[in-house]
Amino acid sequence: MTALSISNLKKTYKNGFVALKGVDLEVQAGDFFALLGPNGAGKSTAIGIISSLVTASSGSVSVFGYDLVKEREQAKSCIGLVPQEVNFNQFDTVQGIVLNQAGYYGIPRKLALERTEICLKQMDLWDKRNSISRRLSGGMKRRVMIARAMVNAPKLLILDEPTAGVDIEIRRSMWKLMKEVNQQGTTIILTTHYLEEAESLCRNIAIIDQGKIVENTDMVSLLARLNVDHFVLDLAEPLAVVPVLEGCHVERTSDKVLDVSVPKAVGLNQLFSQLSAKNIKVLSLKNKSNRLEQLFMDLIDSKSSQNNPTPQIIPSPNGRE
Amino acid sequence: MNYTIALKTIIKKEVYRFLRIWPQTLLPPAITTALYFLIFGKLIGNRIGTISGASYMDYIVPGIILMSVISHSYSNVVSSFYSTKFQRNIEELLVAPVPNLVILTGYVSGGICRGLLVGVVVALISMLFADIVVLHPVITIAVAILTATLFSLAGFINAVLAESFDDISIIPNFVLTPLSYLGGVFYSVDMLPGVWQTLIMGNPIMYMINAFRYGMIEVTDVDVNLALMMICGLIVLLAVFCLLMLHKGTGIKN
Ligand SMILES: Nc1ncnc2c1ncn2[C@@H]1O[C@H](COP(=O)(O)OP(=O)(O)OP(=O)(O)O)[C@@H](O)[C@H]1O
Ligand SMILES: [Mg+2]
Repeated sequence: MTALSISNLKKTYKNGFVALKGVDLEVQAGDFFALLGPNGAGKSTAIGIISSLVTASSGSVSVFGYDLVKEREQAKSCIGLVPQEVNFNQFDTVQGIVLNQAGYYGIPRKLALERTEICLKQMDLWDKRNSISRRLSGGMKRRVMIARAMVNAPKLLILDEPTAGVDIEIRRSMWKLMKEVNQQGTTIILTTHYLEEAESLCRNIAIIDQGKIVENTDMVSLLARLNVDHFVLDLAEPLAVVPVLEGCHVERTSDKVLDVSVPKAVGLNQLFSQLSAKNIKVLSLKNKSNRLEQLFMDLIDSKSSQNNPTPQIIPSPNGRE
Repeated sequence: MNYTIALKTIIKKEVYRFLRIWPQTLLPPAITTALYFLIFGKLIGNRIGTISGASYMDYIVPGIILMSVISHSYSNVVSSFYSTKFQRNIEELLVAPVPNLVILTGYVSGGICRGLLVGVVVALISMLFADIVVLHPVITIAVAILTATLFSLAGFINAVLAESFDDISIIPNFVLTPLSYLGGVFYSVDMLPGVWQTLIMGNPIMYMINAFRYGMIEVTDVDVNLALMMICGLIVLLAVFCLLMLHKGTGIKN
């Protein structure tokens, strides 16, 4: 079963800015899907269209087989949305916000109260249920929006940067929760700029850049494509010259730190035997950057230099709304 | 889908909103109208005498009640829906399976509740100054409800089109208040000089006030049936316009 199917989706904003240039995407039911891309790529625009907040210029969207235009109400009933920016009434209480949303979804009062309690407890907000939402911290506000999105037990949960500005502890508990929710059968679409988050949570991935999908594959085969690993080595003793290591590219960042690019064909064993042979003692080693991050940068760079001679992202004249 | 729960949720939220901020929503009309009754009714009215057989106090009571209904149903919807739009919590309604008709009905019902509640408060205040009679209760209540509906719809349109907080005070200040004051709250049409008698016939609020006054004290300058038909016609017109705007996403969707 396809949870979400998007075809040839285009969006031109009123000021003439083309945010989506024909996006095709399929997300299978039960998937944990990452939608990644740099700032201004069009992620929130696409999510806005899927959740009926933005009108598409052309193209079609269907959610669990329901066409978003022709079978609007059924399609909407399947979706729970955590938007990127705070959009609840800042004067309402935490519980009031979640309860009202349940009401909009047509959930009877008694059930709504039960579900609200479950969702707020899951989000560690039950103690705050009577607080005026304006007085919550940024991370708490984000959790209110997650609780609100889950109150209708959606089949498709869309999270637009849910972990931005959330502390490490809560972030970890959110990851755990998202995994659980996904294991219970909810399809999840996640956007995030923390690529390690996407790498550890998501099975499939699409990368969008300048309104176009530049990559759409599963995480395993994407990561397999990376054939060079970059490491940073901390040395025990200072080196005066850059050592020559066969098959690897070496750079010296300081006299006790080396940046080494190791092709998969060479491997770490060979690297270390060469280092031992040269009597270079390594104290510790770490990945230079997250693996996905590297692929991501490669994809974004190559595509934008193909489409656009100047690869920087040009901000729209009116900025964001 | 069962939309009654969604509708109830919106109405309840709207009613709680204006009840919670009653010092801003219910208290001011009580004070202003008490002053009207005191100054125009008691102090000046005693020197004016009667209009169409009614004492001046009795003559202005219906107009002042309906004027409050008009301004409060309008301002309830305009400020509530505009702030919903401004704070972006309109998105809570847009993502949910709530048809546009339910959204509109919910907000308009909130406006009607506030308009009628203020109407009752003003009527109670007026009892301190005059003996209130309601000769035709059905007409009186019907005119009050229909007028509140019409101006709630108008407030909704204003909120949808407004792009700043200034935009939500322009119509109330520059259109509604003048039309209400010139709508025959304080005088009868035949007290006006020549050309004004014709001009005032183009003011829809004049018809509503006179129909309401007819309901209470059986005094009117216009045909009550014509007035009722006109209000109903305008309601249909504005409701259709509201639904069209919601359908197109005017002012609320990019
Ligand atoms: N209302 C609007 N009017 C005009 N342009 C807009 C509007 N909203 C967004 N844009 C533009 O559309 C582009 C895509 O924006 P969008 O919010 O979808 O990006 P994003 O991928 O979510 O970025 P981020 O990671 O920063 O959230 C941006 O260039 C943005 O400036
Ligand atoms: Mg975004």
